Amino acid sequence: MLNRLTDTLDFQGQALQLRAERQRLVASNIANADTPGYVARDMDFAKTLRAITGTPGRPTTIALAHAAHIGSGAAGLSGGRVGSELLYATPAQTNLDRNTVDMDRERASFADNAIKYEATLRFITGNVRTTLSAITGQ
Amino acid sequence: MSMLSIFNVSGSAASAQSQRLNVVASNLANADTVAGPNGTAYKARQVTFQTQLMGETGNDPTAAGVRVSTIAEDQTPGRRVHDPKHPAADAEGYVTYSNVNAIEEMVNMISASRSYQNNLEVMNTAKTLLLKTLQLGQG
Repeated sequence: MLNRLTDTLDFQGQALQLRAERQRLVASNIANADTPGYVARDMDFAKTLRAITGTPGRPTTIALAHAAHIGSGAAGLSGGRVGSELLYATPAQTNLDRNTVDMDRERASFADNAIKYEATLRFITGNVRTTLSAITGQ
Repeated sequence: MSMLSIFNVSGSAASAQSQRLNVVASNLANADTVAGPNGTAYKARQVTFQTQLMGETGNDPTAAGVRVSTIAEDQTPGRRVHDPKHPAADAEGYVTYSNVNAIEEMVNMISASRSYQNNLEVMNTAKTLLLKTLQLGQG
């Protein structure tokens, strides 16, 4: 029962963390806009989120020693977990120093990701409010 | 709070860009210097950037900062002007100026200042997002 209450929150929490990771990734690309030979990275957000939340065999679930214990639910997203799922951006224009950062695209991704991060925050707030009003019964 | 390392990433980039701006400033300041006390004219300097992985573990590919790896001197020969009356003229009457190309430096300066601004904007956005995260569930 409690699981059903917090499942949506868990999912939104994972999505929020993934958004933060992507924000950091795009920030890295913007930071390295003038570094020779730097290759821009990005992630397939939907695919990564599905990989983290959707797979049945969750890697970091806590073993339950008693039937009354509450399971840990969805897997936590640790620091560099998305490292293996990173993709390389295809350069729109070639550069003499082999740098593939497209500043226009990165700025757009950054703004887009910031909006979606805020959206996820609002989803969480809405979820908490709904749950609270359900508890208080008003 | 993986977003906190955005400040490290963008901060390192801003610091590297400001170092580049410093080098541009000294190049431009020395654009018209002739041979100094050691007999050679000022040589233009260029910074080279290098990616530096950051994050909590220090090797996180999603947190790639920047550092200045080398400051190299441009070895092209300086501009030589025939001016026998100049106090720094050599035996043939030529004065050697520095090899700074003012146009290149101005372009470099604009590029550095734009990149600096970009990184500051990234930091501002990250700050706004983090502050909103702290208010989660309050409003």
